Amino acid sequence: MSSQLLRALRIVLMVMVGLFFLFPLLWVVLMSFMTNVDILRSPPSPFFVPTLRNYLALISGHLSTSSGNVQIDYMHNLLNSVILSVCSVVVSLILGVPAAYAFARYKFRGGEDMAFTLLSFRFAPPLLVLLPLLGYFQTLHLYDTYFGLVWVYQLITLPLVLWIVRGYFEDVSEDIELAYRLDGHGWLATFFKISIPLARPGIAAAGLLSFIFAWNNFIFALILGSSDVQPVTVGALAFITASGIEYGQIAAALVLSVIPTLVLAIFTQRYLVEGLSLGAIKG
Amino acid sequence: MDAVTYPPIERRQKGRFTVSARVLPYLLSMPALLVCIGILVPFITAVLYSLQRYNLAFPMGRRFIWFGNFVSLFRSSSFWHTVYVSLAYTVLTVGVELLLGLGIALLLWRRSLITNLLSVLLILPLMVAPAIAALMWKLMTNSNFGVLSYLVSLLGFHDFRWGASPNTALFTVVLVDVWVYTPFIAILLLAGLRGLPRQPFEAAELDGVPGTFVFFRILLPMLLPYLLTASLFRMLDSIQQFDIIYAMTQGGPGDTLLVFQVQAYLQAFTFTDVGRSSAILMVLWAITYALTTVFMKNWTRLRERAHGMA
Repeated sequence: MSSQLLRALRIVLMVMVGLFFLFPLLWVVLMSFMTNVDILRSPPSPFFVPTLRNYLALISGHLSTSSGNVQIDYMHNLLNSVILSVCSVVVSLILGVPAAYAFARYKFRGGEDMAFTLLSFRFAPPLLVLLPLLGYFQTLHLYDTYFGLVWVYQLITLPLVLWIVRGYFEDVSEDIELAYRLDGHGWLATFFKISIPLARPGIAAAGLLSFIFAWNNFIFALILGSSDVQPVTVGALAFITASGIEYGQIAAALVLSVIPTLVLAIFTQRYLVEGLSLGAIKG
Repeated sequence: MDAVTYPPIERRQKGRFTVSARVLPYLLSMPALLVCIGILVPFITAVLYSLQRYNLAFPMGRRFIWFGNFVSLFRSSSFWHTVYVSLAYTVLTVGVELLLGLGIALLLWRRSLITNLLSVLLILPLMVAPAIAALMWKLMTNSNFGVLSYLVSLLGFHDFRWGASPNTALFTVVLVDVWVYTPFIAILLLAGLRGLPRQPFEAAELDGVPGTFVFFRILLPMLLPYLLTASLFRMLDSIQQFDIIYAMTQGGPGDTLLVFQVQAYLQAFTFTDVGRSSAILMVLWAITYALTTVFMKNWTRLRERAHGMA
């Protein structure tokens, strides 16, 4: 009897947990298919005739407000997010994978210090470097450029790649590499033919996770760019503070901004624990 | 790990393009190191800013005043308010997330179809950008049509104004933080739980040891390194939270939510006082540096265990 009660209690608790964490996502998705009349209806109701108007308005860039139409190119923010995240990940992998290999395979002077300095960037207050960088970027003409932002994004993506991939290289046995080299292959060939393929799951996981982190970043582009290069996170805020934009369109904008990371997260699920703990906990 | 050198191979490849094992690691990590230096330079500049009277509106008055900014900070009540709000935010978010995360991890410990599904779905809030999450909650707590405003009015709170009222603003941003980051702690602890050896629990069951004893004397101590790593991770993020608070209320209403980074942002961009802003950030940096040192020790131990090196 009491074990049955316990079972019921567990199920009730699980439903509550599911409700708390999923309801906001669900509700905003519903809102994005509502007209303004549906949204303002009281009491709020999940039953309505769905419309694609909000999404069409976003894609065309002609948004209806209480005081006529305005032109906001949210799709451009979306494109910026894609450009910034993809470029940051590619650069991080090119810089980070060889470094991760060096840290995993060789004990060299200053190596560990360097690895830790890179990691400590992950935890330093970003504004501290952003403030002086703003000045430098303006003199170097890097302000408001993709190049400048991708460079700063390395602050979050590079430590992630470095530490996750390093763990994978450490798990790959050196004997396989040595055997290949004794066959007369050079170091470079061994690195590309043996080491990288063996660490591929780690490299993929690090790439996907750093994409998610880059996509979700807010403060870098808020300070170091104008709306020409700003991603959806900053764009959405401008959107919500712009007066009178219909709420359904705001909801649709939020949905568009989270879909890429949510879809990726489902695929990276297996690596998530290891990535989020920077390789400290295996999932 | 031992230093790796390949003497016979080095010799055989003389004449071809080879790099000695001494130089190789430096060569490999050089690009990452250069990015490193690119960040260290602005950091030093920030230190210099914090020692100057530097207001963009009065460029002529710029000069070194050494610790003048810090002295005036420590004498101002607004700075201590910032310290207080930041600490309150950190303690509340990390505390609630730790308890809730541990509860959820225990709930999902035993594998079944439902727990597997739930642990996959649980990662979704974690993948939403914190700034976007704040905006989602802002829509849901809107006083005109917000579904949450409606729900709390059913419970009798007719004038609950969420982020717009100084009484409930902190509660609202903490709620958003809890929504985004509790899954982080839950997922980490769940992985920790599932990695624990079974024998102690089986032995305790056989001996009829009471549940509370198992929880406090076996489970919690074994889970402690995971709890520590997860909460230090969260503390480091929470003490410098910017996205959620800025997107929700821009630090308002009034000065209610002026945590470190939001305060520093306003000092620099609204009041153009770069010197004072940098001084605030230096104080924050000192706190995060201390936390990072503790964190690294703990995390290195866990990491070595995960990769079978200890």
